[in-house]
Amino acid sequence: MTIVSDRAFSVSRLPGFATIAVTVLVMLYLPIVLLVLFAFNAGPSPAIWEGFSLHWFPRAWANEQVKEATIRSLVIATSAAIISTSVAVLAALGTTRRRKSPGQTFVYLMINQPLMVPEIVTAVALLILFGFIKVATGYQGLGYLILAHSAFCIPFAYLPIRARLEGMDITLEIAAADLYATPWQAFRHVTLPMLMPAVAAGFMLAFITSLDDVIISLFVKSAGQDTLPTYMLGQIRRNMTVEVNAISTLLIGLTVILLTAFFLLTRERNRPQK
Amino acid sequence: MSSAIAIETRRALKEYGTGSHAVRALDGVCVRIDKGEFFTLLGPSGCGKTTLLRLIAGFETPTSGQILLHGKNITTVPPNLRPVNTVFQSYALFPHLTVADNIAFSLRMLGRSRSDVLQTVERMLSLVRLESFASRKPQQLSGGQQQRVALARALAPEPKVLLLDEPLSALDLKLRKEMQRELKRLQTETGITFIFVTHDQEEALTMSDRIAVMRSGKILQVGAPREIYNHPVDRFVADFIGETNFLSGRVEGDKIRLSSGELVAAETEGHSGSVTLAVRPEQVGICPAGTSDSLTAEIVDTVYFGTDTHCHLSLADETELVARLQSPPSGNIGLSRGEKVGIKFNPGAVQVLNE
Repeated sequence: MTIVSDRAFSVSRLPGFATIAVTVLVMLYLPIVLLVLFAFNAGPSPAIWEGFSLHWFPRAWANEQVKEATIRSLVIATSAAIISTSVAVLAALGTTRRRKSPGQTFVYLMINQPLMVPEIVTAVALLILFGFIKVATGYQGLGYLILAHSAFCIPFAYLPIRARLEGMDITLEIAAADLYATPWQAFRHVTLPMLMPAVAAGFMLAFITSLDDVIISLFVKSAGQDTLPTYMLGQIRRNMTVEVNAISTLLIGLTVILLTAFFLLTRERNRPQK
Repeated sequence: MSSAIAIETRRALKEYGTGSHAVRALDGVCVRIDKGEFFTLLGPSGCGKTTLLRLIAGFETPTSGQILLHGKNITTVPPNLRPVNTVFQSYALFPHLTVADNIAFSLRMLGRSRSDVLQTVERMLSLVRLESFASRKPQQLSGGQQQRVALARALAPEPKVLLLDEPLSALDLKLRKEMQRELKRLQTETGITFIFVTHDQEEALTMSDRIAVMRSGKILQVGAPREIYNHPVDRFVADFIGETNFLSGRVEGDKIRLSSGELVAAETEGHSGSVTLAVRPEQVGICPAGTSDSLTAEIVDTVYFGTDTHCHLSLADETELVARLQSPPSGNIGLSRGEKVGIKFNPGAVQVLNE
């Protein structure tokens, strides 16, 4: 009789595991590797390699339209991240620091709506709503984009903040109250400092999400309000150049930096606190 | 006189949940705790001792009844406005603050001056002997040190009453003994009223001025440790505080006839019919079989503990009891299994409890 060992079921022992893993990795990263590679192409085509050069990076930056779109994107992403993170902190406090109620699940769904409703639907809805407002007020500024981005960034900021609040020992807040802190002081001096890593993580996720958005931006923006992604989309439709590769490469660099920071911050969170 | 009372609860009742699902954690507790007293709430888990503490701290409000602090009704006053501080079971030290900042927390919330804060923190650090740890974070301290920081933090604003929620339960035995003495010293030095919650009867006996034994949301008995140990009001208290032998019997005049048929002298006044006798193991003496006024017993087992010997005995009707002997019994008794011996109870040591 064979001895039944306590070996757990392991996916990595299945036949073909290595093949599938490699295929998936190639599918995920080959396009990005090619895109980054051709950003350093000396020639004008993003498909025919003509030698190494860095000249597309300064050329992209010299383009007035790129510069404007970049600044606009950064303004929108920063504003949206600030607004959505502030709202997310309040929402997370509201959903974790009170007695569980039957409506709780519904509230979660309401807050996370942007994750579930197809983006194109939200985009069309915003287009119509903002259309009314534009006619009524005549305002054409960046406010619409900032407002729209703030709204769909909320769940991205909310999720890490709520996770941290749920993991936080409520006794600490009780102890603060016991030591004469008013509810506001307890929040300001105990809850918020301990929440900061999650707030920063939520901010960065919101920032990236906003920076990356195409669909809603495309529907909501007024003429001459191109963000970096909508500008790139326009470029590709006209005439594909290596300039787009260069911008994409920079965006990837920025994303990697922010995601690394996010990872480091959330790792801090998961460290035992005793 | 109300001026000597630190905390008074009037029919404090606390229910969790509503309607038919309501659980009564505290069932109309009335207790008066004197100023400067080391008062212990003792009972098994779920007896309501922590709930009572939380009501006094203000973390929860009673369903009905009142809490008075120095004669003032504080039933609905929020915790940050009560001059009462708590040492939490988990210590609840702020992990993002240093030891000094933890201790200074309440003083800063109260808006004390910078020099006052510095002075008090220094005094507290020396009180708990952690002077050299001021700039450490709580995670860098051992369990016993964290415990002392929690104490210093709670004592810093000089509360009228200090509440301690099983603060020693996370420490190992040796450290616990040390902290017991330390707590007692701090209480004597500061003169602050301590209300201490524990399920450890030994801890309660060694530290308290008075103990309230609780069960199922009620206080069964309040008294000095000696009083509770020697004169428990009922079987539960007798059993919970230290080890006790229980013998059943019937009152016959000024004696009790045991179920084994033998007669025992006891204070029977106020008792009649079926009763339970409670005798502490250390009050049971062993003498040679057939000694006058002794009960006949057989030795079942003998366990040696170093300082004393526990002798398990069986009476004629197989009622079991334990004798704790500090020295070998006089006479020619070997304490070997199966040996017939006589047993005697020390005069006044037999406690009669109504069934």
